[in-house]
Amino acid sequence: MTNAPDQWPLWEVFVRTKRGLNHQHTGSLYAADAKMALENARDLYTRRQEGVSIWAVPATEITASSPEDEGPFFEPAEDKVYRHPTFYPVPDGVENL
Amino acid sequence: MSNTPERSESAAETHSADLEQGFLAKIESETKIEPKDWMPDAYRKTLIRQIAQHAHSEVVGMQPEGNWITRAPTLHRKIGLLAKVQDECGHGLYLYSAAETLGTSREELVTALHEGRMKYSSIFNYPTLTWADIGAIGWLVDGAAIVNQISLCRTSYGPYARAMVRICKEESFHQRQGYGIMVTLAKGTADQRAMAQDALNRWWWPSLMMFGPHDSDSAHTQSSTTWKIKRQSNDELRQRFVDITVPQADYLGLKLPDPDLRWNADRSHYDFGEIDWDEFWRVVKGGGPCHLQRMATRKAAHENGRWVREAAAVYAHKQRTDQQVA
Repeated sequence: MTNAPDQWPLWEVFVRTKRGLNHQHTGSLYAADAKMALENARDLYTRRQEGVSIWAVPATEITASSPEDEGPFFEPAEDKVYRHPTFYPVPDGVENL
Repeated sequence: MSNTPERSESAAETHSADLEQGFLAKIESETKIEPKDWMPDAYRKTLIRQIAQHAHSEVVGMQPEGNWITRAPTLHRKIGLLAKVQDECGHGLYLYSAAETLGTSREELVTALHEGRMKYSSIFNYPTLTWADIGAIGWLVDGAAIVNQISLCRTSYGPYARAMVRICKEESFHQRQGYGIMVTLAKGTADQRAMAQDALNRWWWPSLMMFGPHDSDSAHTQSSTTWKIKRQSNDELRQRFVDITVPQADYLGLKLPDPDLRWNADRSHYDFGEIDWDEFWRVVKGGGPCHLQRMATRKAAHENGRWVREAAAVYAHKQRTDQQVA
């Protein structure tokens, strides 16, 4: 895919807002390289100290499940109620289970 | 069971009808539409247009306010204004990002703006003649934007709604900054008060125009409402803005330039005068005082930055190639 000489690739940005939390997808931006992507992400998405850590990923590197397949792809989990603790009765009087 | 053309066509039609049903069911149940979901072409197109024009507005909006950065009366005011203009750029970028999820590129959107195929909000075609204009803009223009954007936080397209939530968090400092300027001027010397009143006189009606035509004259309203892009009507939002803002003007001791403005106890709303719709359409069609200047400045900024973008791209390529060789 050829770009015009002034075109930069698209990056997706993930920010950890504070220690203990996961990185969350926050948005996208254009940058010429990885260093610029991090700096741009800092300036764009953390002006009010909303982040302690940033991941920038070239958008082309992301593999995503398809919304059309949402049903069938996730179907195996639908009828497996035995994965939930509520499926298993706990006898009266027994604690810490 | 032969696969005749008629049979494939009717299977395709059924599939298409199913997709449309699925889409409408999501809208009905307040389930967000996300990128890559099937959506009617018209939904996609109208969103690209609306979100991108919103983005263009933020970026062009940096110009009338940027105009006063070097002339802010104090350092406190200067850093506040710098931060606000920086935010507007950021808002534009969040919105471009959201528009691009619908299958367009920054290059396409910027080209559409520069070639006049997309618009930006007409409010930014008015000049900032005095420092008081900066106060009036923050108070009234950002105030009107906030009313609109709060409503849009519930828009049906996920990325647009999320951009609105992020923007709303940042926008309220903008309005307080502007109102703070108006307070200082309105409670200051007679000259300062007069300057504040003059700015209010020039920015009040254009701010009301930001909400668009009357609902009855609004071409896009029906599909936007059915698809829950638009959650409240132009007139509803405009009324809300007036109701909120009149007491704020009263506090300042400034007079709104509308002889028909009065509280209506029966309606529990303010009645207000009719907008000059000739002026509204004249400005929407490109007749605003600063339209040519805004566009020329925008294009020049883009063109003058081209060498930087090219140099950065070449440098990045060179770094990658050098690493590969090494």
